[in-house]
Amino acid sequence: MPATLFLPAILAKLADAKQLEVTGATVGELVADVSARYPALEPRLRDASGEPYPYVTFYLNDEDIRFHGGFAATVNDGDELTVVPAIAGG
Amino acid sequence: MTITTSIASLEVLPQHCKLCGTEYPAEANAICGECLGPLEPTYPKDRVLPDREDIARRAPNLWRYREWLPFIGEPVYSKETGFTPLIEAPRLAAHLGVARLWVKNDAVAQPSLSFKDRVVTTAINAAHALGLSVIGCASTGNLANAVAAHAARAGLPAWIFIPEDLEPAKVINTAVFGANLVRVRGHYDDVNRLCAQLADRFGWGIVNVNLRGYYGEGSKTMAFEIAEQLGWRLPTAVVAPMAGGSLLTKLGKGFGEFQAAGLVSGPSPRLYGAQASGCAPIVRLVESGGVRLVPEIPNTIARSIAIGNPADGPFAARAMVESGGWGAHVSDEEIVSAIRLLAETTGVFTETAGGATLGAALKLAKQGRLTADDEVVICITGNGLKTTDVVRDVLPQAPIVDAKVREVAALVASRS
Repeated sequence: MPATLFLPAILAKLADAKQLEVTGATVGELVADVSARYPALEPRLRDASGEPYPYVTFYLNDEDIRFHGGFAATVNDGDELTVVPAIAGG
Repeated sequence: MTITTSIASLEVLPQHCKLCGTEYPAEANAICGECLGPLEPTYPKDRVLPDREDIARRAPNLWRYREWLPFIGEPVYSKETGFTPLIEAPRLAAHLGVARLWVKNDAVAQPSLSFKDRVVTTAINAAHALGLSVIGCASTGNLANAVAAHAARAGLPAWIFIPEDLEPAKVINTAVFGANLVRVRGHYDDVNRLCAQLADRFGWGIVNVNLRGYYGEGSKTMAFEIAEQLGWRLPTAVVAPMAGGSLLTKLGKGFGEFQAAGLVSGPSPRLYGAQASGCAPIVRLVESGGVRLVPEIPNTIARSIAIGNPADGPFAARAMVESGGWGAHVSDEEIVSAIRLLAETTGVFTETAGGATLGAALKLAKQGRLTADDEVVICITGNGLKTTDVVRDVLPQAPIVDAKVREVAALVASRS
């Protein structure tokens, strides 16, 4: 499924873009797709075992993927995936 | 907004990644580009530190500990914040069955009546030093109050984002300062995510997003004050509320820095964290013994600590366990009950986070984790006047009498 990936500024420079078109049936596949195209992003988006880091949050259409199966969360046409490094309390 | 000529007199320190150690210059960035870990300030190893007498001669505010704050030069804004009272509470100590107990009362922090005045003090000065002319935050309420108040005093515009369902008093206590206040549909975690994106988009100094490394250091001053106000010694145990988890982590760091400087000696306090049962991901991480925090969707009256995805949660969990402490969560009913107990035994009226803190202390004492030998400090981080709605319906109705002595006499007799 084609989807749009939004990167935080700290990572955007590694892909020369703040948003990218990516493809996959799950969030994990979207991350794999962008990792293959921009290898420098891979270790910043998933750990050595291929799982998300505890302090990096992925939002699929504004929903935290950890409530929807993590990297196994299903992607639909036109979905938006946003990467947000963890941030402070308030 | 024009930044004044005093920029040159204040600099912030560079930063490094807390996880991988990568170094960064002083800038409005809180995230490591290598591993996405959090950044924290890098203090010069040769920084000359004051002794007890030097500190004691300084004004009673948090800048008396300036050598442990991430700046070079004199602060420009918020010079009065800090040095809140440490109140001994023997009746509460007896209630818990501990040797001695003190309340660190940030419910009267200046200017906005919560411990968030500490972190905004360092963040707003960092913003100034970095040339940022707009500040902002994602907030569960207290931080909104603090950013709005400090920005008003400094004459800076502020953009403040809060969940739409915050307590009315916290909304009013922000709006009154003239800030740009925006209510966001969703929980705090939604607001936080939005602000991370906004910081990228607008280049604002969002105090708990891109200024987070400098912001968090303000929390250490609560530990410094506890040590100094106890007569340059450490308690055996400290109980603090946890939202994002930063305060607890920074308390440990602060006590450690005073030990390293030779200002206090003896064992480090055991650190205990408190959360509401309706949002307790950090306590549950400690209880599970795991390393991966499971985020929660908050459902509690303790909105000021209702963060389901706490950024510093794993660090706070580690700080508790490594210090020999633990965590406890309490129900909303226990929170309200503890608010009343604190008020009735110490004269301190706290908000829901303080109720969670005392409620957790009671639970920890019952579990035998706080003992008869302990000297305990409980950190009260916010003011009850901001959450009167949670106690309004449980307090007894005051009787109404005619202005006649015999009516009062009858009332007194009925209560004798």
